[in-house]
Amino acid sequence: MKTTTDNKIRLDYSVILDMVNAGSSVLDLGCGDGELLSLLIESKGCRGRGIEIDEKAVFACIARGLTISHEDINYALAAYTNKTFDYVIMNESLQQITHPQQAVLEALRVGRHVIVGMPNFCHFLARFQIFFQGRVPVTRELPYQWYETPNIRFFSLKDFKAFCRKNQITIRKQTALGLSRIVPCCPNMFAHFGIFLLEN
Amino acid sequence: MQNKELDVVTTQYLTCCQPPDELVLKNGQRLGPITIAYETYGLLNTDQSNAILILHALTGDAHAAGYHAGDKRPGWWDIMIGPGKAFDTDKYFIICSNVLGGCQGTTGPASINPATGRSWGLNFPVISIRDMVAVQKVLIDHLGIKKLLSVAGGSMGGLQALKWVIEYPQTVHSAIVIATNYRHSAQQIALHVIGRQAIMSDPDWHNGEYYGHAVPARGLALARMIGHITYMSEKSMDEKFGRKVIKTEKAGKDFSVKFEVENYLKYRGDSFVQRFDANSYLYLTKAVDNFDLTDKADLKTLFKDLPCKYLIITFASDWLYPSHQLKELVKALQSNNADVTDVEINSDYGHDAFLIPNEGQAHVVKHFLARMEKEYL
Repeated sequence: MKTTTDNKIRLDYSVILDMVNAGSSVLDLGCGDGELLSLLIESKGCRGRGIEIDEKAVFACIARGLTISHEDINYALAAYTNKTFDYVIMNESLQQITHPQQAVLEALRVGRHVIVGMPNFCHFLARFQIFFQGRVPVTRELPYQWYETPNIRFFSLKDFKAFCRKNQITIRKQTALGLSRIVPCCPNMFAHFGIFLLEN
Repeated sequence: MQNKELDVVTTQYLTCCQPPDELVLKNGQRLGPITIAYETYGLLNTDQSNAILILHALTGDAHAAGYHAGDKRPGWWDIMIGPGKAFDTDKYFIICSNVLGGCQGTTGPASINPATGRSWGLNFPVISIRDMVAVQKVLIDHLGIKKLLSVAGGSMGGLQALKWVIEYPQTVHSAIVIATNYRHSAQQIALHVIGRQAIMSDPDWHNGEYYGHAVPARGLALARMIGHITYMSEKSMDEKFGRKVIKTEKAGKDFSVKFEVENYLKYRGDSFVQRFDANSYLYLTKAVDNFDLTDKADLKTLFKDLPCKYLIITFASDWLYPSHQLKELVKALQSNNADVTDVEINSDYGHDAFLIPNEGQAHVVKHFLARMEKEYL
């Protein structure tokens, strides 16, 4: 999911763009270099803000003309009043933060909807590596060795759905993604990535 | 791209607030006439939408960029202001004036009190950040500018930028607030107190009545030395000086300059005395210490519904104005859903970082201004 093919919107971005109503207000938590946020502003007419902890990524966002706060996701939302945003987006950020539960609940407090995009750590290729090789999986989608990965939370699509049930979060929509297209069945086995539209 | 320079620049002067239309200060006293020293760079466009007011720090002056005729050193923020630079003089009309209470062209305690024909000294009224900003507003009106594209400054300049937003919200499209605080903390006040005590305990100070005599040079130099320490970080001092020794001690007790850092501070202190007035130092540090945006209302209430857009910049190694202080302001602005961008830039140069070439700062200011230009109403 890290690279964008030329002239083609990343699959996860296009799924998220479809989930967001035009003209709405959006907060992107862990917005990276701001590519998705720019797309939301340009193609959906959204009003957007970003939160990002990496200095270079913040510089990139400012160069795109975005409004951005240089901040840790876990400390970023306290200032915002309830339902400030139509959507809070956490795309590929949940697996990297210290307090994911608190982050999702806070996102649901300040946003009417929350969109979570997450890698599926239980794709069948990963399962094979654990089962047959006895190694922690390193795949094209999760290319990091254990000692260098930015990911500190490892969970599957199924884990995330259980988390939502436990926290009484409604899943409005869910889309499972392979490398280049949507996965129609057995997502927890065949999807590399999942995108969920959540509500309280 | 940044090899072009401004042509030779000159300081201009405006005398305003002539009696009976004196400036009414925050403390109720009236002050006038007031002379304002200022410089401008670039051209004001026809719809007057490209004006940016630069606000200097404690000991800065109107000479922010370019070279005065014959000078070897450029203005104090030449790294940021000029053709192709962050404050691009090919695009923007840049204004910088010396603050009220200063000593570099604008009326201050060293100026002549028209009532007595002598320097004001301690008869100069107590001034505030609000008064500095009020004088700048007179200048902006004089230049015919209805709405500034931005007000920008670091340290004491940042305080002024915030005051501009509060006092004249319809005149400010955006504010660039760098390495400052919304009110001075106990530690920040304490560091200023030592500087003031150094000046006032100098026997040459004579309750501020030293004009025409020896100036309180030792006290002012000491105040500057203390200041300089607070402007640097531990790391930048260590890298610059380490434990370098410039001369070995004589046999017996020798307390003369030994370490490089000692020599540097002494040099900075002594050269400061040549260009700065001790009473100005007292008045300006006092104005900064008295500054508290939250003296009447909390930050959230204060900034509610103001149309301004903000760029807030702090530096990771700045222990004089640590990032978390401006972060409180950022949170208050966010709770009002204001358009605020904030970044903590990773620099080792401490508080001085905003005055030292810094690609990050130049980058964010440049791109923020480009957006402000598009969104200017």
